[in-house]
Amino acid sequence: MIHPNSPVLLEVRGLCASVNGIDILKGLDFTVRRGEVHAVMGPNGSGKSTLAKVLAGHSAYKVTAGTAKLDGQDLLALAPEARALAGVFLAFQYPIEIPGVANSQFLRLAYNTLQTQRGQDELDPLEFDDFVREKMKLLEMSPEFLARSVNEGFSGGEKKRNEILQMALLEPRLAILDETDSGLDIDALRIVSSGVNQLHHRDKAIVLITHYQRLLNYIVPDFVHVMDAGRIVKTGGKELALELEERGYEGIGAEHLPEHEARHRAQAVAVAP
Amino acid sequence: MSAVIALRGPAVAGSQGTLWADHPRLPSSPWACVNALRSQGRADLGTLAMPTSRDEAWRFTDLTPLGKLSLQPASGSGRVSAADMAGFQLAEAATRLVFVDGVHAPELSGPTANTGGVLVANLPTALAALAAQAAAVEQHLGRHQPLGSDVFAAFNTAFLSDAAVIWAPRNATFAAPVHLLFITTQAGVVSHPRCLLIAEAGSSLTLIEDHVSLQSVACLSNAVTEIVLADQAKVRHIRVQRAGPQAFHIANTSVSLGRASHYRSVSVDMGAQLSRHRLDVVLGVGADCAVDGLAVVAGSQLADTHSCINHAQPHGRSRQLHKCIAGGTARAVFNGKVKVQPGAQHTDAAQMSRNLLLSTRARIDTQPQLEILADDVKCAHGATVAPLDTEEVFYLQSRGLSDSAARDLLTYAFGAEIIARIPVPSLRQQLQQRMLAQTGSRP
Repeated sequence: MIHPNSPVLLEVRGLCASVNGIDILKGLDFTVRRGEVHAVMGPNGSGKSTLAKVLAGHSAYKVTAGTAKLDGQDLLALAPEARALAGVFLAFQYPIEIPGVANSQFLRLAYNTLQTQRGQDELDPLEFDDFVREKMKLLEMSPEFLARSVNEGFSGGEKKRNEILQMALLEPRLAILDETDSGLDIDALRIVSSGVNQLHHRDKAIVLITHYQRLLNYIVPDFVHVMDAGRIVKTGGKELALELEERGYEGIGAEHLPEHEARHRAQAVAVAP
Repeated sequence: MSAVIALRGPAVAGSQGTLWADHPRLPSSPWACVNALRSQGRADLGTLAMPTSRDEAWRFTDLTPLGKLSLQPASGSGRVSAADMAGFQLAEAATRLVFVDGVHAPELSGPTANTGGVLVANLPTALAALAAQAAAVEQHLGRHQPLGSDVFAAFNTAFLSDAAVIWAPRNATFAAPVHLLFITTQAGVVSHPRCLLIAEAGSSLTLIEDHVSLQSVACLSNAVTEIVLADQAKVRHIRVQRAGPQAFHIANTSVSLGRASHYRSVSVDMGAQLSRHRLDVVLGVGADCAVDGLAVVAGSQLADTHSCINHAQPHGRSRQLHKCIAGGTARAVFNGKVKVQPGAQHTDAAQMSRNLLLSTRARIDTQPQLEILADDVKCAHGATVAPLDTEEVFYLQSRGLSDSAARDLLTYAFGAEIIARIPVPSLRQQLQQRMLAQTGSRP
């Protein structure tokens, strides 16, 4: 939901980043206010996932220019774990399997690390068990996923649910969902989307990285951005995704507008009665 | 009878010669079979030299530091208090047999009652027991070890005076584990832990062979374990080596599997500055074995595992997963041979060696070897050596764990896969705690 006077949560300016010496992001501007849902779309190789990894602090991605601020704080100066504790959450496109670590153990460790950071008491295994089971209901996950090793042997859909379960536990300010819809069947898509929607809040923001308009039927974005060659080249309201679905990236006549201009236009559409 | 052993051959001239030089005289045993074995061990020692890095099987394991020690057998039994024992107690164990610096400690052992017909005793007690039991012991003791080819096994046999003996009668099923605890307490002491397990046809048993130290002192523990499974017997064997950081630990385990028998073993080496485990398994017709191992070394430790799974008969099945974790400047060695003898058709063997390098100065040498002399078999093997996966570390960091907490958790998880295969919860927990202490994690 757009709240015109809502404070800026994430502000990215002129962001350039490379991986293995290849420039991927080439001067990206991106602003997210509290309460908003943004969809980032774009062809393969346009830099969508790189944006997600750079914001989360993956060491393989080198920032070569630009800034990224979370509530005015320099995000790029923080280690990945500090970003997580500051409220940035990345739902992975390919969640990692960790054989030998029980999911419950992992979830509790992550949760208690955050609790400690917030100066609050850690939950013991029994307390945490009650707490996490409640959250699992949101995603219609069976408690058996607590005893199993992290993501090991989980289906694609189960892994994605487990990602959103982590989001539910960590309650991030800024959640970046990297192709969370890929590999989901219709039922799983509905469940995951419903979970995300219930976690959304006017103080928080969500960035959805996706290839498909389909997801946006379930999680309705306030803004849709089109990335190409490492920049956002077009920004619109949710109807832009439908237009993309119909005409493809070639057909929408993506032009590189200054971000404030694009945002202004999109907002005008979005808040129109 | 003089039992002073001086090893002949080229090694004796060097520092190794002093290793055994000061041994006192060993009184003659009242048991003829023991004296015969000692003679055989001594004879073998006469033909065997101390291995050097020029020996293929010892290429990566330098025994020079061992040769610098002056070692003697235990003089009087070491003192072990009840409080000392507390950390090694296993609630699930039906009975415990304790040896301190190689000497049987009846006051720390027990209970002996209600073992379902299974004999758990030290060697003299076993030889004085029922005729059938004594006969089985005489038949098998010293018959399964690598005599004539391993200087350490020969050394153990030359000094044979006591042993842990477990004998399970035909069709006896004994669910609760038998705990053998070999404790070293004194500096400069060499002990020769010895174990014989005989599982008669159709019997079923779990054995925990546990090598521990009370304090960090330089000593040598030179173990020989012989395990015999008659037809259709089932044995689970958990071997744990958690000796002190200055200790030397050498172990020879020989397992003989009868027709359609099942052997499952988990071997964990975490302690000692230098440890070497040689494991030989010979499979009879249709025998089934799973032998898993974990070596965790840090600092300047060295852990060496040499295994040989020998499919001597058709229709055998073997599985092996061996893992090494090496940090600091530590070194781990795995040499795993799988042999399929001519005629051992329909053998199904799979072996995997997975290794985790935690530092650029640590080193892991792994060498899986298949030697297949039959043509209708299914054999697979593989090996990996890698540092922690940066994607895995990043995943955990992105959930708020620090870089070091993430690495500790992943290291713990790597080893936990093997520890999880130990069917004794209290031991599993003790080893997990030690893994945590060693990796600094706190999941």
